[in-house]
Amino acid sequence: MTEQPLHGVIAEFTTPDGLVLACRKARAAGYRRMDAYSPFPLEAAADAIGFKKTRVPLLALMGGILGGLSGFLLQYWVHVWAYPLNIGGRPLNSWPSFVIITFEMTILFAGITAVVGMLVLNGLPQPYHPVFNHPRFTAASRDRFFLCIEAVDPKFNREETKRFLQATDAVDVAEVAD
Amino acid sequence: MDQLPETNATTTLERLLPGQSPVLTPGHTLETVTDKIVSIVLRRPVTLGWVGGFVLFFGLMNLLLFAMSYLFYRGVGIWGINIPVGWGFAIVNFVWWIGIGHAGTLISAILLLLKQGWRNSINRFAEAMTLFAVACAGLFPVMHTGRPWLAYWLFPYPNTMGVWPQFRSPLLWDVFAVSTYATISALFWFVGLIPDLATFRDTAKDRVAKVIYGLLAMGWRGSARHWKRYESAYLLLAGLATPLVLSVHTVVSFDFAVSIVPGWHTTVFPPYFVAGAIYSGFAMVLVLAIPIRYFYGVQDMITMRHLDNAAKVMLGTGLIVAYGYIMDAFYAYYSGSFYEMFMFKNRMFGPMGWAYWCLILFNILIPQALWIRKVRMNPAMLFVTSLIVLLGMWLERFVIVVVSLHRDFLPSSWGSYVATRWDYAVFVGTLGLFFCAMFLFVRLMPMITIFEMRTLLPQAKLSEEVAAHD
Repeated sequence: MTEQPLHGVIAEFTTPDGLVLACRKARAAGYRRMDAYSPFPLEAAADAIGFKKTRVPLLALMGGILGGLSGFLLQYWVHVWAYPLNIGGRPLNSWPSFVIITFEMTILFAGITAVVGMLVLNGLPQPYHPVFNHPRFTAASRDRFFLCIEAVDPKFNREETKRFLQATDAVDVAEVAD
Repeated sequence: MDQLPETNATTTLERLLPGQSPVLTPGHTLETVTDKIVSIVLRRPVTLGWVGGFVLFFGLMNLLLFAMSYLFYRGVGIWGINIPVGWGFAIVNFVWWIGIGHAGTLISAILLLLKQGWRNSINRFAEAMTLFAVACAGLFPVMHTGRPWLAYWLFPYPNTMGVWPQFRSPLLWDVFAVSTYATISALFWFVGLIPDLATFRDTAKDRVAKVIYGLLAMGWRGSARHWKRYESAYLLLAGLATPLVLSVHTVVSFDFAVSIVPGWHTTVFPPYFVAGAIYSGFAMVLVLAIPIRYFYGVQDMITMRHLDNAAKVMLGTGLIVAYGYIMDAFYAYYSGSFYEMFMFKNRMFGPMGWAYWCLILFNILIPQALWIRKVRMNPAMLFVTSLIVLLGMWLERFVIVVVSLHRDFLPSSWGSYVATRWDYAVFVGTLGLFFCAMFLFVRLMPMITIFEMRTLLPQAKLSEEVAAHD
C-alpha cells in the first residue's frame, strides 16, 4: 500500500435524525469501531453506536464513600487518638459534631472523582486526534453532525464503507487521514 | 440543507400561557445561536462603556488591595471591632457574599435536576457570579483572623506543634463547607465550559485565541461517547451540588445558632439563612442580567420570561425570610427568657433600631410589589427592587451580627460599634473585585451556555419516529 494511512471515512449530516439513523444502520450492518459527533449531547446517537453504559456514576459513588470514610476517620483519629481534648465533658468520639465535615468530604471527593473520572475515561486532555484532519470538522462544534467509521473496524473497506455512508442521508462523505 | 420554517420555531417546544414570553425568541437556529454568543467575545470590539466600567471597578479593586495591605500591616485594630462586638463588617460581608453565591448553584444545579429549560441561558453567568462571590466571601474570614499568614492552621495537617484543629467547632465546619463549595462550584463551571470552549477554538480566527481556547477545551470533539459520560458527570455534579448548597448556608448559620448569644441561638436559623441566601442571590442575578441583556443585545436569549421567573423566586424566598423574621420575634417572646426578650426590644427600639426597620422595609414590604405583573415585566423597576433587596439583606446580617452582640447579658459589658473608613474600604473593594471579574468574564468566556441553548431549539429534537425506536 502506497496510500497514506487512513483514520476512517466520515459522513456529515445536517440533522440529528440523519445522524442517528445512519448510526443505527451502520451498527446493523456490522460496524463496531465508529464514533458519532454532535454539537450538543445526543443520547440516541450514543445508544445507536452501542455505547449504553458509563462507569462515571460508579466511580463517583466510590469517591464519595472514600471521602466520607476519610472525613470521619480523620476526625475520629484526631479527637480520640492524636489530640484528645475534653470539651464540656462530651465523649471524645462525639460523632454528631463530626457529621458535617464527613458530609462535606463525601461531596468533595464524589464531585472530584466524577469530573476527573469523566475526563480520564474520555481520554482528555488529548492534544491530537485524527478526526480534526477533516477540514469540515470544525462544524461539529457548531451546527453539523458527523459519523466516522474507523479503519480499525474489521468490516472496514475503503470503497465499500464509503458507498455505505453515501447511501445514508449524509450531505458529504470523505476520507480522514490518520 | 433545508431548515425548519421559522415561524413557530420554539413554540413547538413549550406551551405558553397567554402573555408569557418564550424562553428563546423564535427564529433561532443552531448557527445563529452559536454565532450570536461567540461574536460577543470574538468579534465585538471593546467599547468605551466596557472600558469605563472596568476602570472604575479595577480602581475599587485596588482600594481593596490597599486596605488589605494596611490591615495586614497594622492589624484588625484599624477596623471598628472591639469587645463586645468582635464580629463586625467582616462577618456581615462574608455572610452577604456567600449568600449571593447560592443563587448561582440553585440555577445551575437544582433547576437542572428539576428540568427547568429556562435556566439554560442564565446558568453560565450565574455560576460565574457564584465563583466570584465565594472568592470575595472567602477573603473576609482570612482577614478577620488577624494573622492571615497563619490561616492555613485551619486545615488539618501534621505539624511540629503537635496540635490539631477542633472539629467540634462550627467555625471549622465553615472552613470545610466553604472550601468544598468553592471547589465544586469551580468544577461545575469549568465542566460546563468545555464544549463551549471547543466551539471558541473552532471559530476563533486569531492564532493566540485559538491556542488558548484550544488548551482549555482539552481536545473536546463532541464524540457521542464523550457526551454520554459528560452528561452523566454533569448530572452527578448537579446532584451533589444540590445538598451542598443547602448545607453551606446552614453551616454558616450554625456559626451563630450553635452559640448561646441571645438572638442567635434559634433553630429557625438554617432554613431562614438558606432562603435569605437564595433571595439575595436572585437579586444579584437580576442586577447582572438586566444590564447584560441590554448592553449585549441578548434580549432574545435572556427574555422577559427569565426576569419574570427570577422575580417570582425572589418573591417566594422573600416570604420565607419574612416568616423567619416573624419566628425570630415569636421565639424571643415564647422563650420566656429575659435576655431574649430584651434582645428583641433592643433590636427594634435600641440605638440601632433604624437598621431593623429599614430591613423590614427593604426585604419584606417593598418587594411585595413583585406580586404585580407590571413590576415584574419592567426591567428598570426589577433592577431597582433587586438593589433594594441586596441592601436589605446586607442590613439583615448587620442586625444579626452587630445588634445582637452589642448588648448581650451584662449591662456593664455593653458597648457600641462604629465602622471605620477601613471597614467601608474593604467592603467597597470586594464590590470592585466582584464586578471587575464579571467584566472580564463577559469579554473572555461565553456568558451564555451555547451547547445547552442548542438543545432548546426545535432543530435539535429528534423526530418522533426516530426517537420512538426501541
